[in-house]
Amino acid sequence: MSAVEEVVTEAAAVEAVPKRAMTLGTGTSLLVLAALIIMPIFVKNFIIFQMTMLLIYGLAVLALNILTGGSGQFSLGQSAFYAVGAYTTAVLMEHFDVNYALTLPIAGVVCFGFGFLFGQPALRLSGVYLALATFALATAMPQLLKLNFLEHWTGGVQGLVVTKPDAPFGLKMSQDMWLYYFSLVVVIGIYILAVNLLRSRSGRAFMAIRDNEIAASAMGVDVALYKTLAFGVSAAITGIAGSLGAIAVQFVAPDSYTITLAVSLFLGMVVGGVGWLPGSIVGAAFIIFVPNIAEGISKGLSGAVFGVLLFLVIYLVPHGARQVAILGQQLAGKLRKN
Amino acid sequence: MFLARILRTTALVTAVATLTSGAALAQKTYDTGATDTEIKIGNIMPYSGPASAYGIIGKTEEAYFKMINDKGGINGRKVNFVSYDDGYSPPKAVEQVRKLVESDEVLAVFNPLGTPSNSAIQKYLNAKKIPQLFVATGATKWNDAKNFPWTMGWQPSYQSEAQIYAKWLLKEKPDAKVAILYQNDDFGKDYLKGTKDGFGAKASSMIVMEESYEVSEPSIDGHIVKIKAANPDVLLIYTTPKFGAQTIKKTAELSWKPLQIITNVSASVGSVMKPAGLEASQGVLSAAYAKDGADPRWNDDPGMKKWAEFLDKYMPGADKTDSSVVYGYGAAQTLAKALEQCGDNLTRANLMKQAASLKDFTPDTLLPGIKINTGPSDFAPISQLQMQRFKGEKWEQFGEILSGDVAPE
Repeated sequence: MSAVEEVVTEAAAVEAVPKRAMTLGTGTSLLVLAALIIMPIFVKNFIIFQMTMLLIYGLAVLALNILTGGSGQFSLGQSAFYAVGAYTTAVLMEHFDVNYALTLPIAGVVCFGFGFLFGQPALRLSGVYLALATFALATAMPQLLKLNFLEHWTGGVQGLVVTKPDAPFGLKMSQDMWLYYFSLVVVIGIYILAVNLLRSRSGRAFMAIRDNEIAASAMGVDVALYKTLAFGVSAAITGIAGSLGAIAVQFVAPDSYTITLAVSLFLGMVVGGVGWLPGSIVGAAFIIFVPNIAEGISKGLSGAVFGVLLFLVIYLVPHGARQVAILGQQLAGKLRKN
Repeated sequence: MFLARILRTTALVTAVATLTSGAALAQKTYDTGATDTEIKIGNIMPYSGPASAYGIIGKTEEAYFKMINDKGGINGRKVNFVSYDDGYSPPKAVEQVRKLVESDEVLAVFNPLGTPSNSAIQKYLNAKKIPQLFVATGATKWNDAKNFPWTMGWQPSYQSEAQIYAKWLLKEKPDAKVAILYQNDDFGKDYLKGTKDGFGAKASSMIVMEESYEVSEPSIDGHIVKIKAANPDVLLIYTTPKFGAQTIKKTAELSWKPLQIITNVSASVGSVMKPAGLEASQGVLSAAYAKDGADPRWNDDPGMKKWAEFLDKYMPGADKTDSSVVYGYGAAQTLAKALEQCGDNLTRANLMKQAASLKDFTPDTLLPGIKINTGPSDFAPISQLQMQRFKGEKWEQFGEILSGDVAPE
């Protein structure tokens, strides 16, 4: 291993997280779930919309978390997978009249293929080099979406307007509330799958590769296969998040999926705690609400205020929300003993 | 009998009372976002991100309404201008506009900037019947009163500008051989369509070449060489600023001197004409609708004097050469006019109705002779421009005011 790689793998970002520490206890999970189910009844449609976006970005951060926290690979190209998912849904819904719910698995499959293929050349790269290769993907994506021969489907720079679905079965709830519950079901389903994936044989293989590639291959783990597999799974989940995002925002355009989105997702993962799946939702909350708070403090300097807040978080709790959760747990444990 | 009379009287009194209260209601009607003391107006701007240079428009508008409030407001009501950052990102624009509508409860969304952001919020605002007034983009699709009765543009559309060039050429140079260089996206295609519409039946005989480039190309020199080979005597440069500068520079390097017309978007002295070379830029034509804040010609103009006073008092230190400051002032003044016309009937429907019945309105910053006119099916407030020629270090307007009315598609 070269010195550079050494530095990258030693960085705190991908430190070994034991798999038990990657999830929440059953009691806490149920409590969070109950809160997520009950909340929309009491708040305005706008807040429900924000909560939906929170779930969607949370899902995208979760996908990155599986890739980075699970298999130790970096990606700054998640926005590209998100865009592919969003466009798959938008094109299927608007040009082929496919039901919105059916477009999600299709987007997942398309993105899995896309991610798996991209994972092949990416195999030769690691650490910062891989991050740069995915960065290239993210910068290229908005321009690819504007290409002339795709314009008939993608609408070019104008983008596509997506029709928001009504609640089915004559349910009397607003479109926003229905979409929230729909997203919640999808997100919880994927969360449970992700937790089980990381607890399974494949998950252990991911983590073995993350902790030491050579040792992993000595143990008989097919490093190449599992690395590309991790890319594929991550891309598929990001794609589904993109699909949900397209339906919630009702609009897709190349400018929605720039490198800024990829960086935001990366940021969300770090703030939530790398390798700690429940942290994804905390990270998503950070990237949605903190810019708004920063804007509230100073409009002209919102970027600078955001930077200061981000710096404080990284400085005070470098392991993100996971660290806060562990502290809380220890505190609760002490109180119980007393 | 007596009882009946009492009953009748009571009924009469009630009827009169109902009538008078009904009349009182008719005098003052409000939708969400308007009260006896306040009118709440929402706005989104790219204060951060790739288009943050335009953020100054939002700041100018905020300062303008502060001035209005200091002078007593509009019909006695203060304007509460709530502006959020959308970072030029459509999903963020949707989030911020929903916040404005559902959380801040604004009366209307005014001058949101950018074609992608406006496309993203158009359906939502029209479904909710909330005015999306005077949007800050030149795409032609905003003038569509039939399908989107709650959306209205402000500045001249790219198509009307292109029509004006075509009309001017038909009159001044009827046997011109025209070559068109355009950016291969909605921006360039809007210009192309406007030109062809403007030439009408003569389009096929006058246009000798249509050449497009991709915005991702680093240099368009090759296209210029190719166009020169076709030997046209008029070159229409339908580009964004960077490519505009390249084109003017390259034609000069080839010592080729066609009549060049460049888009209003790329007519900036600082970012196009100077980089292209002042020598090479002499005689280039374009069109304008607003006065140039840096041009000493307007020093004694009453409108621009007001503008300068406003800047000194409410935006000290603002860059007067920045056309965004002129733009924001003009747009805000148009909204103030529409709100003033609403009187005490501040419903969303009436605001749209008043915005669609502006007659010969002239904001301080528009060129003399250019007037804002709207109608029930004409949602393009500014559709007039004046030709201008680059001379020395600045643009000089010439000729009469030309209008290019583009029918909604």
